[in-house]
Amino acid sequence: MAKIDWTKLAGIRSSEITDPALFARRRQIMQASVALGLSGTIAAPVLAKGENGTPLNAKITKSELSTDEEPTSFETATTYNNFYELGTDKGDPARYAKSLKTEPWSIVVDGECDAPGKFTLEDILKPHAVEERIYRLRCVEAWSMVIPWNGFELGALLKRFKPNSKAKYVAFETLNDPELPGMSRPVLDWPYVEGLRIDEAMNPLAFMAMGIYGNELPNQNGAPLRLVVPWKYGYKSIKSIVRISFTEKQPPTSWNKSAPNEYGFYSNVNPDVSHPRWSQAKERRLSGDTSGLAALFTSKIETKFLNGYAELAGPLYADMDLKKYY
Amino acid sequence: MDTALQDSVTTPAKKKAWAKRWWLKPLVFLVALIPLVSLVYSLLTGQLGPNPIEVLTDETGEWALRFIVLGLLLTPLRIWLKKPWPVQLRRMIGLFAFFYVVVHFSIYLFLDQQLDLAAIIADVIERPYITAGTVAFLILIPLAITSNRRMVKRLGKKWQSLHRWVYIAACAAVVHYVWLAKGDRIEPFVYLAIVMFLLVVRLKRVIA
Ligand code: HEM
Repeated sequence: MAKIDWTKLAGIRSSEITDPALFARRRQIMQASVALGLSGTIAAPVLAKGENGTPLNAKITKSELSTDEEPTSFETATTYNNFYELGTDKGDPARYAKSLKTEPWSIVVDGECDAPGKFTLEDILKPHAVEERIYRLRCVEAWSMVIPWNGFELGALLKRFKPNSKAKYVAFETLNDPELPGMSRPVLDWPYVEGLRIDEAMNPLAFMAMGIYGNELPNQNGAPLRLVVPWKYGYKSIKSIVRISFTEKQPPTSWNKSAPNEYGFYSNVNPDVSHPRWSQAKERRLSGDTSGLAALFTSKIETKFLNGYAELAGPLYADMDLKKYY
Repeated sequence: MDTALQDSVTTPAKKKAWAKRWWLKPLVFLVALIPLVSLVYSLLTGQLGPNPIEVLTDETGEWALRFIVLGLLLTPLRIWLKKPWPVQLRRMIGLFAFFYVVVHFSIYLFLDQQLDLAAIIADVIERPYITAGTVAFLILIPLAITSNRRMVKRLGKKWQSLHRWVYIAACAAVVHYVWLAKGDRIEPFVYLAIVMFLLVVRLKRVIA
């Protein structure tokens, strides 16, 4: 039987307790307080939770493009996921994370480029310095998180394959392993596919992540390598990528195939274009302080055009009617 | 044959049969409270995950629908089993269905929308799944109000035709579920199939 955790109910932020970034500092404080004979009741679960991730073996530099909003807790970001290959429940991806095999991993690069090939994960990652980008993540289901990703710019990766003049779009494909627990049911037309216009892909905000919170990307978050496009709804940020193709025509995308009137190719975050199921005007920010009753009463926040990234991503759509191209 | 008055215990034989099953109603009452208790418990122990409002909405919605379907099942069950007890539970099951809908709707109103009236009105008008849910809810209100014995007596034949609306409410609730489910989920269609089946069984009896 689980015990009622009054510290949580009272609204003591679990993000403070669980974030790996704060973990080291907490441990110091804890050791100090143990030394002083002050060891508190909240301290006990800290160790257990902080040890969830595997720290990245890389030097991580900070980025100007990061938001200074407070990150969602590591625990929330790794236990509340949409990754239908592992199941449709938000908890399924973490629950069945082990069924995703990430070793060995290779990525096929093909289509309109001069340096295609099949690359091992190591080949892909090696030349890139690792950055931290703290981005807002806005799901089409009207919730959002703030996540510190680790990785590198998508454009830098794509340039290595020398896209040619016919490369107008980039298509991505997720691992297609019928053994994965969510794939036995045709919830979507597997494998999951996504795409960007080439100029969107080359935008400095478009990011490839192989880590979060300074840890290796957990399977439920799309290990070993995933896309992060912060000005678009979350489903554009395709996970566990096995193929990257440069195409001349606009590539198909999974949710658009499933319900074309609801999910467009662009899928830019836009409070003025409402989805048939969710008004997109507001969002619920999932901070991590969610097991407290406080989570029931926190106000929603206004959703911003292009998720607040209009300054950098806005010029991509200068003369487009985004109500038509949603 | 299918009069609601059969609910009430009239003849001495029926009275006796009912006395022997005195434990049935309290037991069903307690069992029907389990989903509520378990949700509150999970909430207080922080087991509803990072988005408790979503879990509460979904769980109460599903329990509301289960009780509606269960309620529809009771009349045919009496006929198939040739036993009176399913119909004797009908009012309680129906009221539990209504209770879970009220909780479901209150969560939407107070916690999800936080009484943002403009957003709620826009939702009801623009989002077909909300429209369908609202239709189902509105239909259930008069049914719940007229569910007591006094109203059954007072409305007589009219009571029956009024309470047949529960089939419309059930259909609207299932449509609500089908329209809100993301991707090609099976569950809403399972409920759709069950409600359609019960509707056909019922229509057959009306026609025959
Ligand atoms: C007889 C009445 C109703 C029944 C039986 C019902 C049932 C359900 C069911 C089964 C679900 C899905 C649960 C899941 O995904 O697992 C649901 C979700 C939901 N319902 Fe209802 N509902 C009813 C009325 C309403 C009303 C009146 C409203 C609001 C005006 C409403 C708002 C919602 C919302 C917001 C969701 C969640 C949608 C999402 O997941 O995005 N429902 N309901």
